[in-house]
Amino acid sequence: MSDPRVDHIPPEATPFRTWHLAFRSRNLVIGSVLTLVFVAAALISFVWTPYDISKLAISEKMQVPSWSHWMGTDHFGRDILSMIMVGARTSIAVAVVAVGIGMLFGVPLGLWAAARRGSMLDEVIMRANDLVFAFPSLLIAIMITATFGPSAVNAIIAIGIFNIPVFARLTRSGALSLWQRDFILAARVSGKSSARISFEHILPNVTNLLIVQGTIQFSLGILAEAGLSYVGLGAQPPVPSWGRMLADSQTMISIAPHMAIFPGLAILLTVLGLNLMGDGLRDIFDPKLRRSRA
Amino acid sequence: MLRYTLKRLVSLAVSLAVASVVIFLAIEVLPGDPAAYMLGVNAQEDTLAALREQLGLNMSGWERYSSWILGLLQGDFGTSYTYRTPVADMIAERVKVSLPLAVYALVLSTVIAFPAGIYAASRRGRPGDVAIMGVTQLGVAIPNFWFAMLMVLVFSINLRWFSAGGFPGWDAGVLACLKALTLPAIALALPQASILARVMRSSLLDTLSEDFVRTARAKGLTRAQALRRHALRNALIPVLTIIGLQFSFLLAGAIIIENVFFLPGLGRLIFQSISSRDLVVVESVVMLLVFAVVVVNFAVEIAYALVDPRLRAGR
Amino acid sequence: MTYAFLARAGAASALALSASLALAAPRTDLTMGQQLEPPHLDPTSAAAGAIDAVTYANIFEGLTRFASDGSIIPGLAESWEISDDGLEYTFKLAEGVKFHDGTDFDAEDVKFSLDRARAEDSANAQKGLFEGITEVTVVDPQTVKVTLAAPNGSFLFNMAWGDAVIVAPESIETIKTNPVGTGAFRFENWVQGDSITLVKNPEYWGEPAKLEKVTFKFISDPTAAFAAVMAEDVQAFGAFPAPENLPQFDADPRFKVLVGSTEGETILAINNKLPPFDNVKVREAIAHAVNRQEVIDGAQFGYGTPIGTHFAPHHPDYVDLTGMSDHDPEKAKALLEEAGVSLPIQVKMTLPPPSYARRGGEIIAAALREIGIEPQIENVEWAQWLETTFRGKDFGLTIISHTEPMDIGIYANPDYYFQYDSAEFQGVMDQLNLETDEAKRSELLKQAQEIIAQDYVNAYLFQLPLLTVANAKIEGLWENAPTQAADMTGVYWTE
Repeated sequence: MSDPRVDHIPPEATPFRTWHLAFRSRNLVIGSVLTLVFVAAALISFVWTPYDISKLAISEKMQVPSWSHWMGTDHFGRDILSMIMVGARTSIAVAVVAVGIGMLFGVPLGLWAAARRGSMLDEVIMRANDLVFAFPSLLIAIMITATFGPSAVNAIIAIGIFNIPVFARLTRSGALSLWQRDFILAARVSGKSSARISFEHILPNVTNLLIVQGTIQFSLGILAEAGLSYVGLGAQPPVPSWGRMLADSQTMISIAPHMAIFPGLAILLTVLGLNLMGDGLRDIFDPKLRRSRA
Repeated sequence: MLRYTLKRLVSLAVSLAVASVVIFLAIEVLPGDPAAYMLGVNAQEDTLAALREQLGLNMSGWERYSSWILGLLQGDFGTSYTYRTPVADMIAERVKVSLPLAVYALVLSTVIAFPAGIYAASRRGRPGDVAIMGVTQLGVAIPNFWFAMLMVLVFSINLRWFSAGGFPGWDAGVLACLKALTLPAIALALPQASILARVMRSSLLDTLSEDFVRTARAKGLTRAQALRRHALRNALIPVLTIIGLQFSFLLAGAIIIENVFFLPGLGRLIFQSISSRDLVVVESVVMLLVFAVVVVNFAVEIAYALVDPRLRAGR
Repeated sequence: MTYAFLARAGAASALALSASLALAAPRTDLTMGQQLEPPHLDPTSAAAGAIDAVTYANIFEGLTRFASDGSIIPGLAESWEISDDGLEYTFKLAEGVKFHDGTDFDAEDVKFSLDRARAEDSANAQKGLFEGITEVTVVDPQTVKVTLAAPNGSFLFNMAWGDAVIVAPESIETIKTNPVGTGAFRFENWVQGDSITLVKNPEYWGEPAKLEKVTFKFISDPTAAFAAVMAEDVQAFGAFPAPENLPQFDADPRFKVLVGSTEGETILAINNKLPPFDNVKVREAIAHAVNRQEVIDGAQFGYGTPIGTHFAPHHPDYVDLTGMSDHDPEKAKALLEEAGVSLPIQVKMTLPPPSYARRGGEIIAAALREIGIEPQIENVEWAQWLETTFRGKDFGLTIISHTEPMDIGIYANPDYYFQYDSAEFQGVMDQLNLETDEAKRSELLKQAQEIIAQDYVNAYLFQLPLLTVANAKIEGLWENAPTQAADMTGVYWTE
């Protein structure tokens, strides 16, 4: 958004203007491209990878990048590029489901709290949210996986729980401002229940907010999954995951740095892509914020 | 205000009570018997029973919960199963690493973020701004443990400027300790500094568009002058809030970085205690961290309410 | 990031360092790295090997002790006599021995220690070592008599364990944090989470230690261990956890790498009661599917001696049976077909934390998938492994190194976690326990090894090596590990 002319586009975004804006938003373009690359890598890996990662070839271990192995091989002689492609599946799946959990529980809670603004219910919901926030999240994730055994599913639950308050708060604050608006008042006068109003009128109007936040939480989910599987609590072998690839590479970093560099870059670029995309989307959905963002 | 504070205090107490139950229950279901862990594969049944008796593991869950809570209320954190030393002593020992690390990281992050954010805001839209915002995007996206690994590769293994980890203890001198904490602090500070710089920048830009700043500019101040004289102080409020929240995050969230650099801090204590099923330690340390976060949040809310009376009326 | 750069940087600082060391006097202090920190310092009330690693021979001594080659030599007992029926051991104790707190060591202390270990409420992790003792009698301050219920060929061996060291009643209350023994080193202090320091005991009754001060530094992370050795933060590291880094130390003139043996038979343990693994053909198929050399290369980077049965290869009675389970996937498939099991077989494989288990597990799982057995890997911590796999027997396959010396006897216990129940084997063990003739004992031991190999109880992988990295100028470190110990009493700097 370095182009000062963008500031003069009126806030009502027509479809044409939205697309126009989208292409002019460097963030959105870069972000979407990066994200698409990794989503594509994950999808392609279902039908094809350069090498079969279920076959180990100990004799070809820790080869440096070459024409036959673009990113080299790991300590079991597996092709790192193939591992990263399949690992993208794990990362994306965990993050998507975790965000889904957050939205599924968080959004209704937020809507409910907003509809009963100031009531005991609102207080309880918001305090419960604060409480979840107050727990050191990584620690709780570690405890959850330690208790129920390390697996991708438990990693999803651990990350998902901490997404709930994020969406609940966001939805509540978005909804609170909407409840003051005239069209809601009109709906109330016409006798609609507050639950109906919440879903028919409030929810569609906070969708943009949710999409932007969803993108950000998605990127945080990928980071969290990487952290959990780095400490050995994410997806279990032989399912590859970026965080575990990093953990495996750690003792070999001085002899085979490529084993650490490529999975790390994959995480970095995916998270970067999602963050840029989130920022770009925010620019489009919420033009008021545009002026303060790069 | 008094009423508001009281209300917050009550909900703080309720939060802590709920937290204690959640933590206790979570740890109750954790599989693994501390006594079996301590005695290993050749342990005999009678030996195990004797040890469980000594550790008080054969008491009922309710008895253990109440004795834990009553102890906590009197400042007694219990006795570690494995080390057989008071948990409070262990925490005190570990806080000596975690607290300075958190402070160090916070200072680094602030020192980097303030100038970067201010500069970016004052050069809004120009190459300097774009460059800084680009770097902060990277900073937010980078997994900090990976960044830590790369730093170890470059600065410890290749250049040998820093040791790859460990903590010499404060007896070895402040300088040696700061040196040992430098790489971990940088690894922790990078994402925090990136977030802070972005908050600083947008907060400044927000205030710059407020009426009183516009007035100042109308009076003939340059953009940079207006920024320094008027906008900065007002923009600091959200920034300070973020710093407050980051501090409690740094205290509790350094667990992975502490592992990368094998620092004997609180995070690693919890990690070790979970794997050795030293449940008393896990419970008490997690409770302490939750307490710290809840209290920081409480302080932030009260401070906010003092600044902004509207909040008191709300909710 | 190029390797040439790394090598250059290494060589340059190596030069700088040797130049500065040449001017220095021979050192008398040593910082020894080890992976695990002891939970406390009482070797008689916990299984943690880290306790023995710090205290064995350094702080505490027993009646007998292990030498570096695994033989049993006199410790606090100068000599002993065994009655003809093998039931009475009369130990003559060393004279002039004092505990570190100045109190005298005498027969009362021996009685106290042994009675404490075998008491009803004893928390000794190896209580079985003391099981045969019926009475400990103080004859005079320098003589103690131990009476056994039945002859026990390994009693002197049992008394050499770290769990059988002699402690003093005067200092027993604080032993966990302030251990007081009779050894050549005294406990100085403990920075929890970091290090333990021992200093030389000037009043030691035997040959005094050569080092003035020994610091054990605890570095659990293998990467950090590598960096700490490279940066010379520690001058030696016992049981180095990352074999992949050893070639780099080997190539560096500052260091030497000692590759010794341990008592750790590393095995793929199979739940013999869990169908279809109760079928010997299925177990044999597993044994043929596993490529030992690949496991040793991939998990251990080449360090490890292949074994074909549950016995240490450095032991004189070892029989090389690796040929019975050579790598042959085709044969494995044929065996599964013969067994008539329906493929694929789903099985739970639990893997404890050490890298031999985690990496070895991945390699073995890939090999097993080739023949139609699909292991579901579950990485567990030790506490969980002990509860669910070892005690709960809720597993199909697991990888573990059995580090207790001479532990083939575990196969005679049908309740042991892999649940092997063979009357033939149990008979051989019963005979062995009563047999005192060395030649016959040797014959029985060989027979026992063959029985478990023929029954393919477990898939035998390799003998765990003891990998020690040390400064090239350090001498006297144990190369082998007959028991878990870092005996510092004979260690010195050559310059």
